This record gives sequence, structure tokens and C-alpha cells, in this order.
Amino acid sequence: MNDHPPSGLSRRRFLILGAVTATAFALPPFISLKAYAAHLEQPAMANVTFEVNGKPQALEVDNRTTLLDALREHLHLTGSKKGCDHGQCGACTVIVDGRRINSCLTLAVMQDGAKVTTVEGLGLPDRLHPMQAAFIKHDGYQCGYCTPGQICSAVAALKEIRDGIPSHASPSLTEPPQLITSELQERMSGNICRCGAYSNIIEAISEVAEVSA
Amino acid sequence: MKFDTPATTNPIDRLKVIGQPTDRIEGPLKTCGQAPYAYEQHEAAQHQAYGFMVGSAIAKGRITRMDLDQARAAPGVLAIVTAANAGKLGKGKYNAAHLLAGPEVQHYHQAVALVVAETFEQARAAAQLVHVEYSVDKGRFDLAAVRDQGVEPKDELPDVRHGDFDTAFAAAAVQFDQTYSTPDQSHAMMEPHATLAAWQGDHLTLWTSNQMIAWSVGDIAATLGLPKDKVRLISPYIGGGFGGKLFIRADAILAALGARLASRPVKVALARPQMANNTTHRPATLQRIRLGATTDGKLTAIAHEGWSGNLAEGKVELAAQPSQLLYAGENRLVSMRLAPLDLPEGNAMRAPGEAPGLMVLEIAMDEMAEKLKLDPIQFRILNDTQVDPVKTERPFSRRRLIECLQTGAEHFGWDKRNATPGTRREGRWLIGMGVAAAIRNNLLVKSGAKVRLERDGKITVETDMTDIGTGSYTIIAQTAAEMMGVELADVTVHLGDSNFPVSSGSGGQFGANCSTAGVYAACMKLREAVTKKLGMTEGEAVFAEGHVQLGSRQVPLRNAAQNGAIEAEDSIEFADLAKQYQQSTFGAHFVEVAVDAFTGEVRVRRMLAVCSAGRILNPKTARSQVIGAMTMGVGAALMEELAVDKRLGFFVNHDLAGYEVPVHADIPHQEVIFLDETDPISSPMKAKGVGELGICGVSAAVANAIYNATGARVREYPITLDKILDSLPPMI
Repeated sequence: MNDHPPSGLSRRRFLILGAVTATAFALPPFISLKAYAAHLEQPAMANVTFEVNGKPQALEVDNRTTLLDALREHLHLTGSKKGCDHGQCGACTVIVDGRRINSCLTLAVMQDGAKVTTVEGLGLPDRLHPMQAAFIKHDGYQCGYCTPGQICSAVAALKEIRDGIPSHASPSLTEPPQLITSELQERMSGNICRCGAYSNIIEAISEVAEVSA
Repeated sequence: MKFDTPATTNPIDRLKVIGQPTDRIEGPLKTCGQAPYAYEQHEAAQHQAYGFMVGSAIAKGRITRMDLDQARAAPGVLAIVTAANAGKLGKGKYNAAHLLAGPEVQHYHQAVALVVAETFEQARAAAQLVHVEYSVDKGRFDLAAVRDQGVEPKDELPDVRHGDFDTAFAAAAVQFDQTYSTPDQSHAMMEPHATLAAWQGDHLTLWTSNQMIAWSVGDIAATLGLPKDKVRLISPYIGGGFGGKLFIRADAILAALGARLASRPVKVALARPQMANNTTHRPATLQRIRLGATTDGKLTAIAHEGWSGNLAEGKVELAAQPSQLLYAGENRLVSMRLAPLDLPEGNAMRAPGEAPGLMVLEIAMDEMAEKLKLDPIQFRILNDTQVDPVKTERPFSRRRLIECLQTGAEHFGWDKRNATPGTRREGRWLIGMGVAAAIRNNLLVKSGAKVRLERDGKITVETDMTDIGTGSYTIIAQTAAEMMGVELADVTVHLGDSNFPVSSGSGGQFGANCSTAGVYAACMKLREAVTKKLGMTEGEAVFAEGHVQLGSRQVPLRNAAQNGAIEAEDSIEFADLAKQYQQSTFGAHFVEVAVDAFTGEVRVRRMLAVCSAGRILNPKTARSQVIGAMTMGVGAALMEELAVDKRLGFFVNHDLAGYEVPVHADIPHQEVIFLDETDPISSPMKAKGVGELGICGVSAAVANAIYNATGARVREYPITLDKILDSLPPMI
């Protein structure tokens, strides 16, 4: 594949045309097609063990499987949602070893030995987590698709504040962050809700924060 | 049940359950991740395979060659669907473009193939190995360049010419004439379009994410050439729609074709970066507003002309529509022109027509008020009308726009607004307030339901109505509980299955009123069956607290079903009250912004909506609909724009990083006031809708607030800071 745009074409146009005529060749330049094809014949699989919601899990997964797809497609824990698969929406947020992450941005094989908590691990309909109950009370959701991610994120965000981790909205890097609306809004901004329940979500989180503070 | 005379007192008026701010009944499922969406139906069918769509890399032209060898040879691949092996495909009534391209390509990212494999990773990898060659045709991608080719959309909005606009405008003491633009916008619902398809013989079942079950059964049947009774759609939970899931899309058709070819159930979700170009969007508009008024502020002439574009069989964006009804004025011209474009299909998005129309009209009203040296609220009040301004014999069934404006002004502290722009400052922030009026028509659609009294005295409701976050589950349960006199917890609601009676579906903010009215009709029938069974037919029995009472005789409701469940089915059908009365919902939006005096960054600080929309069936879920719409209105005002590549013909920013929508930090605490009212002309529920009213006018209120804060009048949405920097007041 020619590394240089043919003369007369802008780089941008070249890139787009490249995608048009050569989708098959969208490979890193150092991998030959033949090698790539041979490689494909044997999808690389790996064993991974981690704990999900307190339960040990041993899986054999394709190396390309994200933690999100391991949860959704292998373990059928579909509470964690796939909204973008690119770390842009937050619907897949889960708590790994005490910290929230976008589970679409990490591969399952990278989480060997991890402790994963999903929304199902926080609570279930007959024993709701206080954050789940607060979301219901304040109607902090509509379609419900971003909701598990919002809830996991909210639980972890409150812990971050308690642990003294500053955010962009914190006035100081050294003083403990405050449990105030602007902190919550900043910390929750990686979780998009297109239904627009933000005002209610912040009320729900604030109520849980006040009770648990 | 035919609804042909205004509702009188009925069991809903008891308001024991209806009208209460009940928590969503499906809340525990949604908050615990237990509500299964379309892609999550692991139990529904065995041995599911994964499909990954390949989208066209050109906007217009033809596929000249497809090389599938490499993709077919890739590990795990079971089948590859292309137009060459899909069989003859029709086109659904509600689709403008075909859902599978080939050989003709009608728009960028139109599906050209589906790769089916054992795993998602294998399907995705093999999809990259599908080799497609195209011959590219020249397309039209620039609305401004083709606007003059626009034609009158005679079926949708024929020109409204009332009085003599030209003469009245020319004679008007005060004249206003401005042109505005609104961009293409993406629904960007959180759940991508997704479908699981399974065949049993010649019978197809689709678990999908869809707002309009009956429409979509018809369109799937039409596309695949199947009889309608061979198609079943199941859509219990929908991760947002906003109009983007009114119609079947490529995921449904490709999953069905893939499942047939692979002889396996197949599930397909569009990848996020495929959604903006593969599916529909709200079309961009150009709009010109001319207003003529007397010096004391009475409008004498209103012209609202608009242009939008679409594919050959696509529709026009009815942006000029609100100017038919919102203000008085004897001379009026309302017109839209539809121009040919080769961008992806434009179609309905939350409050189609009204949303982009009011984005513009309500800036124009602010500009005209200033010209007239009138307060913008006073100007709107002066030009209120209680009748359809074009057909003056038709009154509005309810129209309390003035009260919305006045209530909001008082609540929001409008009297603290300084009419001179750029004069209120707090530190680095310039502060401004804006207002806009809202109108959204109340549409009436036939809606059916089945209601069953179970042997244990509990009630089951079945209807193909959908809940797209709107609260349908909850208000339908509330309706049935009220009608049958049982507790809310004693009602089970099943939605979104084409085996159930056909409902209004979710669209056009008609879902809440129409679907509950359908449940009302079915419950009336069930009440009749129950009283007959209990021998209580003389006079009107009262259903309350789990009992049926007639005179002094009181019987537990469940007694009627002791020998077996009793079922009733009915529909609400709307006669011509909508012809006699103009039925609309009204609102007033108030916004306060702070604009950084140095950078032009806009922060929305306060928002209030006051709504006049008939009976509010559940103030909690209705309020959520309104604040959600207000949030989308902020997005439309400040950030949302599908950027068009006018050379290659596609939306460039086709994911959630490039297409910006409001996030937590963008949205302040929001307030909503519902005026206490009923509209007995709308339905037995006396309700109307709010889900789209909530977005109407919001963006203009933001724009007007920015003007009040800074003196920067932006007429091209979205109002990004580059458009206001040059107009900011001098820094002192």
C-alpha cells in the first residue's frame, strides 16, 4: 500500500478513498496480508479468571473480547450496556477493583484476577442498593439504557470524593473535594443520558451522598 | 369505542391512581439491569450467531464488484448477506431509501453487506475483509446550493396563503425580515438499533428496538415479501428512540436475512459510528421569517418560509408549520420547499417541524419585540389567539399560552431582566434571560388494548404500545388500576408485542393520551362484562378498592372471575372533534445563561418550563419527559450539528465524541410547572402529550438569553462560541 497520497488528492480525500477501494487493506503497514490471514485462521484465545459480583468466573475468551462483551455475551450479565463500544458514552461503566471504568475499553484478558462489580452486583429488585432506590424515587432515568452505567458511576464517584480524589471542578488539588452539585456533575459527565434525566440523577446521587456522608 | 363527543365525568376523574406521581413500575428492573433490550435476549432463541453490518463507503453510485472470498474464509464466518443473495427485496412504506444497497447506493453507510459469524469479534473482523468497489456518481449534498430546486410538498404542507401577506407586509408600520438556519441533527439515542431474528419455518420473529410495532410489522413484511401474519415483533424495552426508531432499519432486515442464510438465529446491532449515516436524522433547514406589525405591536402579516432537503422519496421537515397557529395576524404565508439531496434519509426527530420551526420563529419574535420596544412576553400576549387564525370558526380546545407565559415570568423572576443586552455582569460572566413560547399539536391515533381480570382478582393489560422511556408501562397500569378499582401493584402490563392489539405506538407525543384512552376503552368493556357476570347491570356500578358496588350491594371484584378469567378488548377511535377544534399543547420556556465575557463560553444556569397540556397522567414521568426535552433543546441550541462533508456527502462527526450532546455538567437543575387542566375534547383521559412540547422553543429561549447577556444575535444554530466572540461587549 502506498504510504503517500497520489498527487492531486488531498490527504483527507485519500484517506476516504482509501477506505472505499481498499477496506481489505486497512492493516498496519508492517503486517502482510498473508500473515494476517494466517493469523486469522487461529483466533487467539486465552483463559481468564476474575471475580464478578463476588462469584469466581473462569472463561476462555477471544483475546479481542472486551470486558463488556465478556459480561454481556459470555456471562449473560446484560445490565452493563453497550452504547458506543468506544468509551464515549459511559453506559458500560462497571467497578473494577474499586474504581469505575468503561468496560468497553478494556479487554477481558487484561482483567485476570480482578474483582468486577456490575449493576447486578450492587443490588437486585428485591434488595435494591440505595443508589438504585434513589434513582427510582427521583426518576433518574427514562429509557433505562444508560441507567446501570450511571448507577455504577455514581456509586464509584461518591467513593472518589470520600477518598479525596480531586476533579476538574475541585477548587484545589490538595484540599478534600466537597460533596457539592458541581463536583457530582463534573464527575458524572462521562455518562451520557440522551433522555436528559441529568437534573433528576443529580438529585438522586445527592440524596444518597447526604445519607451516607 | 368511538370518541365523538367531549368527555363527561368518568371513572378516571376519581384520580385515585391517575394523576399521582407514581414511581415507574419497571424501575426496579431498569435500575438493576434486569430489563432485557433487543440485543440481550439470550433466552429467546438457542445458538444465536452475530451479524456485523458493512456500510457503503460512498454516498451515491453503484457497487461494481464485491469480493467476499477473504471474508468468507475468515474464522467463524457462517454467511454473508449482500443484495446478490438476499432475494428480491421490497421497500417499506415508511422508508425512503432501501435498507440494503446493491447495486445502486443511495447514501453513505447504506448497508452493503452483513457478515454473520459465530462470535461478535469474528463477525466484526471479517466485516473488515469485505472488499467493495464502487463507481461514484455526483451527488447533491449542500442544502443552500439546491434550495431553489425545492418543490411544494403538496401532500404534507401545501402553501398556506391567508389574506394578502405581500400587501399587508408592505403596508406594515414595523417590518422585520431575517433568514436563519438549523443544522442536521442526530437522535443519538443510547441504545443502538438492534435486532435478534429467528425463523421457525416461514415464520419470522424479531426481538427489536422499535417505537411503532404495527407499522414495522407491515414494513418488514413488505420488505421481505412475507404475509404480515408471518412476522412477529417483540420490543419490550427500547433504549431511547426520539423518532429514530419509528421505522424498521437495516438491523432488522439484515438480521432476518442473515438468520435465513445461516439457518441460525442472528443478532445485529449497528455500531455507534454507523448510526448517524445509516439511519435517519432531523434534516437541516433554512428559514426566512417576515413579520409586519402596527406600532403598538399587533402582528398584521406573518410569513414563514422554509427549505429542507431529502432523498427522492423522503419527506419535508415541516418547520414552517407552527406559524400557522401560534400567533394571531390576518395575513399569512406559510410554506415549505423540499429540495433533492443525496445525504442519508431525513425523517422525524422529537417534535418534527415544530422543534426547528420554533428554534427560528421564537428568535424572530424576540427580535421583533425589541424592534417594537415591547417586552417579549407582552408582545406574545398581545398576539395571542383563541381560534385557528386561518380557519377562525375553529376554536382551540384549550389554549392557555398567556397563563404559561405569565406564570413562568412570575416564577422565574422575569422582572429582574434588563432589556438592554450586555448590561448584567457577575465577575467574568455576562448574565441574560430569554423566553420562548411553545406549541405542539395534539395528534389522535386509534389505539387498542386487551384487559383481563384474572382469577385472583388481578388485572393484566396487553397492547402493542411501546415504552421508549416515556412512562407507558406506568401510566397504562395507572389507567387500568383506576378503571378497575384495584391497587397499582395488582396490574401487570405487557407491551411491545405484535401479538397484542394494535396501539397508537410511540410518536408525535400522542402515545400517552391515545394508548391510555385505548386501555380506558378496553376497561369499560371489561367493567361491563364484570357487572353482567355479577348481575349488577341495573344502574352504574362503582369499581373501587377491589370491589364492585351497586347501591348497597358490594362484591369483591375477583368473584366475577372465580370460574375463569374474563377478558375484554377494545380500541379508542377518534371521530372528528379534531376538525371542529384545534387541539394543541402550549408552553413557555425560560432560560438564564451566563456567558464568559472573555471566551464566549455559554453556561445554562436556570431553566423553567410551564406547560398547558391537558390532564397530566403522572406528574413524575411527565416532568421527566419535559426536562429531557429541555435538555435536548439545550443541545440543539449550543452544540448539536451533524457536520456535512459537502464533497463526499456524509455526516463527518458520526459518533458520540464528534456529535456532542449535553452531559451532566451542561445541565442545571430544571423546573417544570404543569398548569392544572383537563381537555375533555382530546379523549376520555382528558390528557394530551408533553414529550415533544418540552423541546419546542427551548433552543430559542437559550438563543434569546445569550442575546440578552451579550448582544450577540446568532441566527445559525448551533450557537457555538466562535459565532458570538466577535459580538461580545468590550472587556473593561
